[in-house]
Amino acid sequence: MDAADSTTGDFARRPRRGRRAPAAPTRKLSAWTRFKRDRSLILMTLPAVLLLLLFAYLPMAGNIAAWQDYRPARGFRGSAFIAWDNFERMFTNERFALAVKNTLIITGFQLVFYFPVPIILALLLNSVLSTKVRTFIQSVVYLPHFFSWVIVVTVFQQMFGGAGLVNRVLLQNGRQPFDLMTNPDTFLILITSQSIWKDAGWGIIIFLAALSTVDPALHEAVAIDGGNWWRRMWHVTLPALRPVVILLLILRLGDALSVGFEQLILQRAAVGADTSEVIDTFVYYQGVIAGDWGFATAAGLVKGVVGLMLVLGANKLAHMVGEAGVYQKA
Amino acid sequence: MSTGSVPTLGSAEAPITPAPEPGTVRRVRRRNPNRPVYQEEPKAITKISKGVLLTIIVLTVIFPLWSIIITSFSTNAAVTRAGGMVVLPDELTIAAYRQIIAGGIVTRAVGVSVFVTGVGTLLSTTLTILAAWGLSKPTSFGHRPILFIFLMTMFFGAGMIPSYLLISNLGLLNSLWALILPGAVSAFNVLITRNFFMAIEPAIIEAARIDGAGEWRILSTIVVPLSRAVIAVVALFYGVGYWNAFFNAMLYINDNTKWPLQLVLRSYVLQGQAMPGADPGQIDIREGQVTGLPIQMAVVVLALVPILMIYPFVQRHFTKGVIFGAVKG
Repeated sequence: MDAADSTTGDFARRPRRGRRAPAAPTRKLSAWTRFKRDRSLILMTLPAVLLLLLFAYLPMAGNIAAWQDYRPARGFRGSAFIAWDNFERMFTNERFALAVKNTLIITGFQLVFYFPVPIILALLLNSVLSTKVRTFIQSVVYLPHFFSWVIVVTVFQQMFGGAGLVNRVLLQNGRQPFDLMTNPDTFLILITSQSIWKDAGWGIIIFLAALSTVDPALHEAVAIDGGNWWRRMWHVTLPALRPVVILLLILRLGDALSVGFEQLILQRAAVGADTSEVIDTFVYYQGVIAGDWGFATAAGLVKGVVGLMLVLGANKLAHMVGEAGVYQKA
Repeated sequence: MSTGSVPTLGSAEAPITPAPEPGTVRRVRRRNPNRPVYQEEPKAITKISKGVLLTIIVLTVIFPLWSIIITSFSTNAAVTRAGGMVVLPDELTIAAYRQIIAGGIVTRAVGVSVFVTGVGTLLSTTLTILAAWGLSKPTSFGHRPILFIFLMTMFFGAGMIPSYLLISNLGLLNSLWALILPGAVSAFNVLITRNFFMAIEPAIIEAARIDGAGEWRILSTIVVPLSRAVIAVVALFYGVGYWNAFFNAMLYINDNTKWPLQLVLRSYVLQGQAMPGADPGQIDIREGQVTGLPIQMAVVVLALVPILMIYPFVQRHFTKGVIFGAVKG
């Protein structure tokens, strides 16, 4: 019973994360005692941990292929090491440069034209008074988030493609048809609209939650002081959204090099690789399709490392400006 | 008080309406009882434009779905008359569905998708609940290192090529387990669930522990029944993930008899390849058969049905389940 008592004591106290030693330490238990006490908890995490070790950590070692002239027939042991050749090729390869350029363009474009949409939508929805209407709109706009990219692209093809509904209406009115699905010039607009259609609705959920925590007394106080709608928006509503916006910006920045891989690979053939090739599709075609394994591994590794640095950097930045960030400072 | 011309409103409503500033003459309009007191009644034009905007937003989601569903139920004659996608129901038939579930590649693909989604969701949800409870006690042995194993996967992935090589070396190419095991545990879902578990009133758990219940018993008889909201949402996330995934199948499954529905959708609907066993030339002759667009749209609807069926039941848990876990994390 002794061990059980200290268990509940520890559990109820729940020290803040990141604190090394509690101010008033309870009896120090030996590691063995604690292990025996918590063995069922450890056992519970075991299957998940094993799967992660096998499928998330073990392949990290496979990145060794980035320094090899990897041949599947020879495996990791038999393939020749070629030092930094794959990385050097990366900086002189035009296709890779194009993929990086397209990735950054798409990220930038979506940051400007996609990112604000859920915020505006959430504000609009928040101003709807009737709970029934609001719930209905919410359930409708959340829905496309659960559709696969294949379905989203199919929907857009049937609406805006060469034989789609919009073109039919254009033709019937004697206008020039316009195939949005295969036009490289409007590709950025196309994929951003698809992202908005699929995910902007779902994106509002977190903003609505932030808005619902606003104390109405704050609005009342501003109103009593003579503040109009704009004043209340500026001094109450928007500050309530700020932490969430910063959090999502950090996450977006950390993900800057991943731009809708499934979405793009589905449309690469239709619109051409020149505008739709991004780092992820480059890795796929260079590696799995062309069999240039070492080079593709190197490209993927660089992307992963840069992505990790981006998210850590963005988080540091958030702490510096006094926001909570993605994770607590340890 | 329909058009606001009658100023003799019942005095019951008077206290809600803020008194008009002296000197201004304001028409007394009916106030929405839901409107917070500090908010002025918007102008009619604002209300109308907001209504129009919201209607358009809702229609952009509903209209394409409607058109897809109607087209899938249309005859070839109706599709020809409409010149493509059908918007107004013309000649309706269930021929397309009868044809695609009569056997052949679509039927097989549905089987594959149902298997992967069913087994995968069950496995993932179980492992996630176990891991989340195992990690819910910050003072437990090895808590920080184990948590780190999960967190790290959210920030750095091994990459596509090494993962492919691993699956290939494990001999899992062309195996349906390659669609389940690699993504079976999502650290994000574990964290959502863990946050939810950690917010359960400690006194309840303490009471059970004093009564002699072990961790397994506490988890199954107290924690899980109290956490239905988050478990429903996490199971939905996993289920939708398995059902919608197509790239892992494109990567790992070459044998098209083992393709999941999404991959079939991509090849035969999006890329418009001819579906084996549905040769338009010969089927067209037979009476009451459909080809082309209705068949394609029927496959789309088939891929949508499970989501549309489960969605209403899980949807009410979204805010409780997701936000609670995510915002706190």
